[in-house]
Parts: sequence; C-alpha cells; structure tokens
Amino acid sequence: MRIAPSITQRIAVSIMWTLAAVAMGVLAFIITYILWHGLPHLSWAFLTESPKSMGREGGVFPMIVGTLWVTMLAVVIAAPVGVATAIYLTEYTHEGKMTAAIRFGADCLAGIPSIIFGLFGFVFFVITLGMGLSVISGALTVALMVLPTIIRTSEEAIRAVPRAYRDVAYGLGSTRWQMVTRVVVRSALPGIATGVVLSVGRSISETAAVMLTAGSALGLPQSIFQSSRTLSLHFYILSREGISMTNAYATASVLIIAIMAINLSAYWLMRRFVGKA
Amino acid sequence: MTAIQKTRPARAEVKIRSEKLNLWYGSFQALKDVSISIRPRCITAIIGPSGCGKSTLLRCFNRLNERIGGVRIEGEIHLDGRNIYESGMDLMQLRKRVGMVFQRPNPFPLSVSDNVLYGPRVHGITDRALLEQLVESSLKATDLWEGLKDQLHRSALELPAEQQQRLCVSRLVAVEPEVLLMDEPCSALDPIATERIEELMQELASRYTIIIVTHNMQQAARVSQDAGFMLLGQLVEAGPTPTIFTNPSDQRTEDYVTGRYG
Ligand SMILES: Nc1ncnc2c1ncn2[C@@H]1O[C@H](COP(=O)(O)OP(=O)(O)OP(=O)(O)O)[C@@H](O)[C@H]1O
Ligand SMILES: [Mg+2]
Repeated sequence: MRIAPSITQRIAVSIMWTLAAVAMGVLAFIITYILWHGLPHLSWAFLTESPKSMGREGGVFPMIVGTLWVTMLAVVIAAPVGVATAIYLTEYTHEGKMTAAIRFGADCLAGIPSIIFGLFGFVFFVITLGMGLSVISGALTVALMVLPTIIRTSEEAIRAVPRAYRDVAYGLGSTRWQMVTRVVVRSALPGIATGVVLSVGRSISETAAVMLTAGSALGLPQSIFQSSRTLSLHFYILSREGISMTNAYATASVLIIAIMAINLSAYWLMRRFVGKA
Repeated sequence: MTAIQKTRPARAEVKIRSEKLNLWYGSFQALKDVSISIRPRCITAIIGPSGCGKSTLLRCFNRLNERIGGVRIEGEIHLDGRNIYESGMDLMQLRKRVGMVFQRPNPFPLSVSDNVLYGPRVHGITDRALLEQLVESSLKATDLWEGLKDQLHRSALELPAEQQQRLCVSRLVAVEPEVLLMDEPCSALDPIATERIEELMQELASRYTIIIVTHNMQQAARVSQDAGFMLLGQLVEAGPTPTIFTNPSDQRTEDYVTGRYG
C-alpha cells in the first residue's frame, strides 16, 4: 500500500522537528545543569581572587588571565597566517597540485585530536625550542589547532565574493593587491570574522593541548613565558581529582558565560558594522 | 535635461580599431578575425545571438579576458592609434581609460561615496576637497546627485537596481575614462529603468565613446549610431545602425534583425 505524499511529508517534518528539538533540548539541558550548579557559587570574589588549597577555596582569577592570554595570543597568531593562506590560495595561485596539497594538509590538521597537538607542542615548543611549559607554548599549539578552521572559513568567504567585484576592481585600474585588500577581503569580512570567532571559542575551551604545553601552574602568570592554567584545565583538574565539585561547576559557568558573551558580541558587532558597511 | 547638441564625428574618425582579432578559450575559438572600427563619442551596439562572443569582444577592449586562465589572443586593438596588446602597455592605465559596466548592477558593499571614490583612491588621490568634488561631479553625471547627496554614507546595496547601475557608471566616470563598455547594462532592469538608463547613455555619449552589448534589438536601434552583428565568433557586418537594421548587406544580418533566429 502506498502512503499518500502529504502524509509522508507530515511524517518527515515531524521527525526532523523532533530531532532538532532533541538536539536543542540536550544543549539547553547541559547548559542549564551546569549553570544551576555553578551560578550559586559565582561571586565577585570568585572572579577576582586567587585559588587557595589547590582550588578547594578561593577564586579563579589567575585562570581567567591565563585563558585570556592563551586565547588572545593564539588567535592573534593564527588569524593573520590563516587569512593570508586563504588569500594566497584563492587569489594568488591557480588551482593545482600545490593548492590541493595545502588544502589536504589543512583538512587533515583539522581532524587530528587535540591531545596529539598537545603532544606535538610539548615535544616541539616546550622541549625542542626550550620554551618550557608556558603561555606562549600553549598559544602556539592552540594556534596550530585553529589554523585549519580559519583557513577554510576564510577561503569559503573569499570564494563567495562575486567575480564581478574583482572585474570591476581591475576595471577601475587597481593592482591585484588593491583589489584583494580593498574589495575582496572587505566583502568577505563577515565570513572571515565568523571563522575567527569560532576559533576564539575553540581556543578558550581547549583543554588537552594546553595541559601539555601551558602547564597547570596555579599562580598568576607574570609573563607569557611562564606556565599558566586555563579555565577549562582548571575545571578538568578540579573535577577529575575530586578537589571541589562546587568550584568546578562555578568555573564551568564562567567558561560558558564567557563563550556565550563572545559569540553574542561578535554577532552584534557583525550586524552593526559589517552588515551595513 | 536639455537636448544634447552635438555634431556626430565624421566617419573617418576612429577611437578604437580591432584588427584580425582572434581569441581562444583553451582550444575553443571564441573570436574569429574580428576587425571593427569604433567612432569616438558615438554609441556602438554589438548585437548577436547568445554565445556568439559579444562579451568576449567587449572584454578584449580593456584586456579583462587575460585574467581567465587558458586564454590566447592574436591580433591587434588600437586605441587612439596605439596597439593596446603591445608589450609594455600599462594595464592599470588602459583600464582606467576604458571602463566597463556589467550586466548586473554590482556596486561594492560600501557606501555610495566610497563606491564612487574607489577608482580615484586606487589611483592615489587623497586630497579631501578633490575627492568630495569628484563624488559630486560623478554623481551629477548620472543624475544621481539630487537624490543621493544627503545619503552619501548609505550602503550602495540598499539602493534600487536602477540607481545601483547608475552608481556603477558614476564609479567609472570618477576615473575619467574615455571609453565606456557596457555589457547588457539594462538586462537586470525593468522597462522604465531601462528607458532612463538609455537616456543616460545618450547624455554620456557627448563625452564618451560607448560600446554596448545588447540582446534587445529595439534598444540597439534606439540608442546606437553604429552597430555590429556577430555570429559564431565572427563579425558578420558593421556599419551605421539604420543601415544594419533596414538595409543590411548580409543575409544572416537580415535574418537576425528581422527576428528569424537568435
Ligand atoms: N571563460 C570561458 N572559458 C571557456 N569558454 C568560454 C568562456 N567564456 C565564454 N566562453 C565561450 O565563448 C563563447 C562566447 O562567449 P561570450 O560570453 O562572449 O558570448 P556572448 O555573445 O556574450 O553571449 P551572451 O549573449 O549569452 O552573453 C561562448 O560559446 C562561451 O561558451
Ligand atoms: Mg555576454
């Protein structure tokens, strides 16, 4: 017996709706659960004080600073390299073995588990280059991790810029460099920014790679050459070693709120400046 | 706008002349021995069925085809008597002199004034007063100034299609070109907007040499003084528009302009 198309349609829609609802529900549940357990312990003191007795007491101020440093450095290193690579791939070279190789490499890099990046960072930055367990080793490692994302999203964004813009820019007598910087990158900015924001989120939440490269020192880092524990690693250690579940949840809440705040403000900035520009 | 008073240049005057122009996309030959003369301060229409090479020919006049990989070009194009394909030709300078308007209005996602000033800035003009003056004169040239002078910082993408297309012309005018290439400039516009752009072209023809590619035969007949008919990469016939439309010498031209194919 054949089912009427309208019924198939209804079934398909309800299945998709259910699956989407499940996905959203799980997400909402996780976030609510963590905030539920963490928010009551959040206080100004928690954000501004140093941890005491391994984090059982006190706050997470040094971890906030460490996280900011690692994330900012990682993105500041990865974004220019990634965007430049994307520009090179799309505007300065014809498709060929070379571009295919770079793209393949980037895709492989994107699929490698972060613990392996951590191991590489440990061997290369920490030991071989002698940077030790430090903010800079962690940032460089995380930069490598997010590089493929930035390359790929920027590349997509640049490719989506209409060819006509390039024709016009040349038509008005621009050099390739003027065309790229003033027209292509400008038009692709929303897409490029999306990639960068994604990698900020990833840098903030990265745990395994920074454990092996930035270390887990509890103190406030005095320079980027000192070890520093990030928020996510702090959370991991607090819960893993059963030091304090309440403080672990509070730390996780800080992380979640920070990531949501970053995404929201990036979204707002993009709507405000790029959409209209 | 007052009626445009001008004397048509004599037949002998030539702004652009192509000579035995051949172009290949890979192994496909898109232009075959195209030789055509374009008079200054006239509108020349290139007509012909889809895929006959009109856009390709147009893009040869400012050497925009070379950006595509696998393109090979033979022959010569003379602009004011100088072969633009000779080595040592300054492409930036050439493209400044020979500007192009495309089928779909394509303002940059920038403000109205930044669109107009793109070209001048690229050519190194930084004097504010001069830039402001260029915005005004370029927008005036396309009759946009009155409507837009208070919205110069508005995004060009928010304008209606006709104004966008006018803005694209302003953007060219700002670099003071000599030749305007227009590839089906009205095909994305409604009939009223089309009529107004045609009027604009008539006005501009007093100062610029205009070459327009169009599918619309009435349009070619209305706006142009000269016309060329292309078929399968060849220029079948070129001459004064009235002759091409009413008394062509080639049977294929006659078939096309009377709508028997294409
Ligand atoms: N980049 C390219 N690579 C290969 N072939 C091309 C390329 N561009 C155009 N062609 C081919 O060259 C021929 C002429 O193309 P062109 O765009 O000049 O035609 P046209 O007369 O402008 O057509 P239309 O009226 O549809 O715009 C067509 O057969 C087209 O398929
Ligand atoms: Mg065409």
